[in-house]
Amino acid sequence: MVSVRFNLMRLPATDSISSRPNLFDFAALLCMLGLAVAVGSIARHTLAPLGAPDAAVIHLDPAYLPGYAVRTTLRMFAALLASLLFTFTYAVWAAKSRRAGLLLVPVLDILQSIPILGFLTFTVVFFMSLFPGRVLGAELAVIFTIFTSQAWNMAFSMYQSLKTVPPDLEEVSRGFGLSSWQRFWRLEVPYAMPGLVWNTMMSMSGGWFMVVFSETVSVGNTSVVLPGIGSYIGAAVEARNIGAVGEAILAMLAVILLYDQLLFRPLVAWSARFRFETTQGAVASDPWMLALLRRTRLLNRASRLFGDMLTSVGGLPLGKRPTAPRRDLMPRRVGDGLWLGLLLVVVAVAGYEVVAYVRASLSWHEVARVLLLGIYTLIRVVAMILLASLVWVPAGVWLGLRPVWARRAQPVVQFMAAFPANLFYPVFVVAIVHWHLSSNIWLTPLMILGTQWYILFNVIAGAAAFPGDMLEAARNFQIRGWRWWIRVILPGIFPYYVTGALTASGGAWNAAIAAEVASWGKTTLVADGLGSYIAQATTAGQPARVALGMVAMAGFVICFNRLVWRPLYEFASRRLTFA
Amino acid sequence: MDARLSDPLATPAAVPGALVEVRRCRQAYHKESNADLVVLDDVDLTLRAGEIVGLLGRSGSGKSTLLRIVSGLLRPTSGEVLWEGQPIRGPAPGVAMVFQSFALFPWLTVQANVELGLEAKGVARAEREKRAEEAIDLIGLGGYENAYPKELSGGMRQRVGLARALVVHPDLLLMDEPFSALDVLTAENLRTDLIELWSEGRLPVKAVLIVTHNIEESVLMCDRILVFSSNPGRVAHELAVPFPHPRNRHDPAFRAFVDRIYGLMTRRAEPPPAAPTGGALGSPVAASAPQPLPDLPMNLMAGLMETLAQQPYGGRADLPLLAQALQLELDELLPLGESLQMLRLAELEEGDIRLTGEGLRFVQGDLDERKRILGESLIRHLPLVAAIRQVLDERWNHRARAERFRDELEDHMSPEYARQTLQTVISWGRYAELFDFDEEADQFLLEDEDD
Repeated sequence: MVSVRFNLMRLPATDSISSRPNLFDFAALLCMLGLAVAVGSIARHTLAPLGAPDAAVIHLDPAYLPGYAVRTTLRMFAALLASLLFTFTYAVWAAKSRRAGLLLVPVLDILQSIPILGFLTFTVVFFMSLFPGRVLGAELAVIFTIFTSQAWNMAFSMYQSLKTVPPDLEEVSRGFGLSSWQRFWRLEVPYAMPGLVWNTMMSMSGGWFMVVFSETVSVGNTSVVLPGIGSYIGAAVEARNIGAVGEAILAMLAVILLYDQLLFRPLVAWSARFRFETTQGAVASDPWMLALLRRTRLLNRASRLFGDMLTSVGGLPLGKRPTAPRRDLMPRRVGDGLWLGLLLVVVAVAGYEVVAYVRASLSWHEVARVLLLGIYTLIRVVAMILLASLVWVPAGVWLGLRPVWARRAQPVVQFMAAFPANLFYPVFVVAIVHWHLSSNIWLTPLMILGTQWYILFNVIAGAAAFPGDMLEAARNFQIRGWRWWIRVILPGIFPYYVTGALTASGGAWNAAIAAEVASWGKTTLVADGLGSYIAQATTAGQPARVALGMVAMAGFVICFNRLVWRPLYEFASRRLTFA
Repeated sequence: MDARLSDPLATPAAVPGALVEVRRCRQAYHKESNADLVVLDDVDLTLRAGEIVGLLGRSGSGKSTLLRIVSGLLRPTSGEVLWEGQPIRGPAPGVAMVFQSFALFPWLTVQANVELGLEAKGVARAEREKRAEEAIDLIGLGGYENAYPKELSGGMRQRVGLARALVVHPDLLLMDEPFSALDVLTAENLRTDLIELWSEGRLPVKAVLIVTHNIEESVLMCDRILVFSSNPGRVAHELAVPFPHPRNRHDPAFRAFVDRIYGLMTRRAEPPPAAPTGGALGSPVAASAPQPLPDLPMNLMAGLMETLAQQPYGGRADLPLLAQALQLELDELLPLGESLQMLRLAELEEGDIRLTGEGLRFVQGDLDERKRILGESLIRHLPLVAAIRQVLDERWNHRARAERFRDELEDHMSPEYARQTLQTVISWGRYAELFDFDEEADQFLLEDEDD
């Protein structure tokens, strides 16, 4: 991690005088103390008896907002911690054990496509029954929801990195006899770091959406209201108080800004060290927070000490020493057979259970209806992706081809993507109610509100990476207008666009659950679709319907990915990349 | 010593004083339906303390595989590896390897990279730092301790690779084409430094095993050279290099030695005396089993033929001189010559290359004539091309899936080589306008010939 040159023995008095703490150190210290106090008080609240959670009062006084913001943020980080734990166990297991991988990887793949908000039905009931009468149960349910929005993505990134560790470095570590523990921390984790950090940050963006949504949720008779920005806005909606909605948006803005500046940017810049490239690329200047950590004496000392500690823990000679690969083919095959057989049995039993359960509680008619609703939502998603592309592709190309603008726009777009779009929903709903618009049409844009930024973000990146000499060639041969778009720039940015659109469409499916039902005071707007079906079944406490809806949605997402995005992606990477 | 003698596992005929012994080593990759792909066949190798041994051969001759077997990173399909008389399981403790790609950890500084091997051994920090600094100084990297690899040039990076290997004081230093990723001057500089350290006895190693495809490099550095043949990899020749260090590459004796190796390598591997499997020089044996084709564009081959036809060569050239004049490495020039030989456009003999009559006609002809000559030659001498063309002629739509030909090739070579071979066939076939290829559909096709 951090350079190993720092030596504890060399910390004589003269040295410590020169490292007299400066102003920033005091500021940092204060921040940490404040954080400790906040965590402590929240922990006390969490263990408090639930009383009547449905009656929990959310004060619409802006003075309460900072406190709510801290609680929302802490939920986020609790989920992040859980996701990291999951990543470092599940993904590592899947990558290291061939047999486990047979099961774990497809499971992860499916989990990734399941609409996250659908989980709430099951998790709320589960965690509330685990800690009856305590706020902790509700907190855990919410945290679990955020966790589901982060963990799969991160685990996948980790798994893929572990599977693609450069073979020559692998040989070096085996040749030197690094133990499996040492190899993990010296080679595999650093190699996975840039991807993991990036995916973590992307997942956090999704997480803000989830935390806002799930802080106020009701499943059948159980309704949960946890103090936080999400529940604040929920209360504002109920009270038809548009001013309070605005305040919540401002508070969230501040939170995301802090998170972006204090965590996101420093982390991404720091992780660039682990990028596996041997050429020296353009060195971007450190974000101010990272510069602060690297340059203020005390903080630098502290982070170095911390890094040293990690380094020596990573160097512990734990685990197996490497051996040359054995070749015992027969027993392996027998073992594989047994393992596959076991898996088949488990799958069969599970399938039987599901079918029996569904048959008891659902009719074919219901299934057909759900499929129809799924098609409605599918049409919405496609329409919205097209609309967003129409707007953001030209905008992204324009920005991306102007390096100065691209540099300015990228952080803003990242920020927008992280901002939970559902905070803006009430604003739209007010407009729809006010002008009596059709909710089937006008609720639709809500689902793309948060995820459209991925299209813009990727198109900017694609246009910025477009080779300059090809642009010059196009100009030289007087290629303009439509021909320029179709022959030159669109094929060039296509691979990037596909990545962005794929992310956006996945997010839109998910957001459908939150976007197809909206309320303002006593008025509730519903758009027909799979999302509203799941949302209403959740509120009504009908787990079988929620499950059916989730399976249908996962099916739609998977089919859509396999039939549309993957072929497009393959085409793009085969034909439209600059090799 | 006594313990070893009484050890029942110790093989009786261990060569005394040998550092490493590889005995009857064979490495094969199992294929689903067909015969195994043999990479190394029946290789013996003994390394003694105090010598630098070179493994010289073409790419694909299995020399890098042998290096990994010696290091214990790879377990041979059959045969055994003895370290000081003891069979090894797992990575041998007394070896350190230097990689063609340097294989440095980009997130570690020079110092941390060098310390890595010591850390794995559990050497205490103070000792680690001392030894790393010694190695860094020895290899001429002093002052660069805190740099990251990406800040260094290729030559400097390979010095880090060397320091990392030397710091563990290995008995045997393994080098896998250590200089081939470097430019000529940098490589020469590093080679000279290394030999100097070795001659002065300052390298903390007992022996060096170096894999290379550069003949001059091997003669410059090694005490003993094992020349490998390809397909499957075998030790075709073993040569002791009689010159003392430092060696002068312009010395006539040195040149003669290099020439001799060129001769040996172009003569094609003589089959082991026990199993005579076919003739030398492009024998018709090739017709039965397709050989992998190198990735060579026809323009390059045409360029070589044109060069050969001109003065000063007049249709015949000495390979080492030609290589020097064209700045081509052995690994680049030999496949060119062999491909031309396969197409009967040129012949290789005893380190020389000579244009055939057909080759001369090719050079003198215009583009259409060249296409005709090449087309005929491809059909006559490459059964695969003939088969593709035949299938295309027979089909009503003049299209044929490439997959079946690829599968056929994979029966005789690795999928990697099969893909490359087919790629070359496509490229040559297109040059001669024998057929075209539709990449999207993965099909061969005949162009409409109604012009």
